[in-house]
Amino acid sequence: VAMELWGYRAMGGSCLRPFSCELGPLSRPDGSAAFLQGDTSVLAALYGPAEAKGNRELPERAALEVLLRPKTGLPGVGERSREQLLRRTCEAVVLGRLHPRCAVSVVLQVVADGGSLLSCCLNAACMGLLDAGLPLASLFCGVTCALHPDGSLILDPTTRQEQEARAVLTFAIDSAEKKVLMASTKGACSMEEMQQCIAAAQSAADTIFQFYRDSIRRRYSKS
Amino acid sequence: MTAAAAGRDSGSSIAAEESGAEPQAPPYRAATATRKRTPRRCREWPLAGELALRCRHPLAAGARHHRRHAAGKGFRSVTRWRHLQGGSGAAMAEAFKTVEPLEYYRRFLKENCRPDGRELGEFRTTTVNIGSITTADGSALVKFGNTTVICGVKAELATPTEDSANKGYIVPNVELPSLCSPRFRSGPPGEEAQAASQFIADVIENSQIIAKEDLCIANGKLVWVLYCDIICMDYDGNLLDASAFALLAALKNVQLPSVTINEETGLSEVNFKQKNPLMIRKHPVATSFAIFDDTLLIVDPNAEEEDLATGTVTVVTDEEDRLCSVHKPGGSPLTGAKLQDCITRAITRQREVKKLIDKVINSIKPK
Repeated sequence: VAMELWGYRAMGGSCLRPFSCELGPLSRPDGSAAFLQGDTSVLAALYGPAEAKGNRELPERAALEVLLRPKTGLPGVGERSREQLLRRTCEAVVLGRLHPRCAVSVVLQVVADGGSLLSCCLNAACMGLLDAGLPLASLFCGVTCALHPDGSLILDPTTRQEQEARAVLTFAIDSAEKKVLMASTKGACSMEEMQQCIAAAQSAADTIFQFYRDSIRRRYSKS
Repeated sequence: MTAAAAGRDSGSSIAAEESGAEPQAPPYRAATATRKRTPRRCREWPLAGELALRCRHPLAAGARHHRRHAAGKGFRSVTRWRHLQGGSGAAMAEAFKTVEPLEYYRRFLKENCRPDGRELGEFRTTTVNIGSITTADGSALVKFGNTTVICGVKAELATPTEDSANKGYIVPNVELPSLCSPRFRSGPPGEEAQAASQFIADVIENSQIIAKEDLCIANGKLVWVLYCDIICMDYDGNLLDASAFALLAALKNVQLPSVTINEETGLSEVNFKQKNPLMIRKHPVATSFAIFDDTLLIVDPNAEEEDLATGTVTVVTDEEDRLCSVHKPGGSPLTGAKLQDCITRAITRQREVKKLIDKVINSIKPK
């Protein structure tokens, strides 16, 4: 069932780019989602819980694997590091103990990179998990904040804004208590600026979770 | 050209606890008056809460209690549990740890200490030794308890690219060979090694530890490339902190030969007799925390603690208290206030590490 929804919300001077999500665009995986944030687009496919192959089997919980495929070329060190961030974020919310000795793999394919790629990957992964119907402790969303040299804060920056920025901070916020699940920063900033960014990300998270809810509602109300 | 200095964070250690005077009339003696009860209590000591309460170190209490039994102090007949002599208390703790590792840790953390005797906010003994590798242009060996990391910096000449004609390169690489821990296999670098390399590269980039323009010899023609190889020799947790520290200490130790370009021939001439140190602009220091049971933060986790923890956070700060990196790869969610606590602790750690590095650098300066 293809479904699209557009959200554009003003956020106290700074706003998120329009985002849209298509749930279940692929037929083979157990869950899939295409997430669009402005010009950034990521396709997520989720397989599992399935039988774990080789020595990846864990005796008391599901083994999670995240594969991040860049738009062109082969994955490098940067992708590996992001895979680790994404995997540990997913592990924190997936109730893996319900599926011991199973494997879950999340494959993320970058379709277009127009800035805030990591947060788009996080959102696509979460929608993929939702579409697969895996039991989760909470949802999570990714928000990228850029600190402009003039001191202003830009949410969900484009590639150009990221390049101009003094610091770019990406957070994953959980839906249960709005706490920080994951943090990754580029560039240097002060403590106060980071706290500002966390606060901005937390309020932006509300918008994104509402969008998640709307997309799921539309998907299940039609079919 | 070698010097070492060691520094341990302030904070009382558990060793002081052991030397405390043994109470003259322990309250448990009353309970052990009847013959029937005593052996059972003794055998169950890791689970006997009241024994642990008397001492901040739960095992110390148990062991001391047990030693009394073994020595026959305060008991009329000792023959019945002579067979329990020696280290059987420790053996029982060992068994408890094997069966319920997390519960074992929780018992300690409840008493604000850890099995290795540290407090929750205490680092392991940090040792740094610089100039350890004579064939490298700069090197450092850093130890955090058992964790041992060595960093060697090799400088090579290269031509810069067109678009960054006046910038040199810094190429970090973290290696986790199979000798450092059974969890790593030989062969191409695994996820952890690659993620660590990326983290170190990010720290260099974010903190501007060296201005890349400083590595330029002749604009558009010749620049320095610094290959920073970080090799872990003993993996006992907290790789990121140790690697970042080793890198900083090794860069502080770098002596580059002066290079001139001959105008007539256009060739570069390296003068090995005249060496210059690198200009280190910032001193970024990483501080890692492990999150236990979603709330409790402990610094400088060892490998065991990292495995049992529900998440980790690494904060990198420099001397101006700027945040060069906040690296939290998933795990338990934290509030902004908790992150703030981590940052505050990281700032004090930065000061300590900076002092340690300065001490080592000064100790090898020719007088």
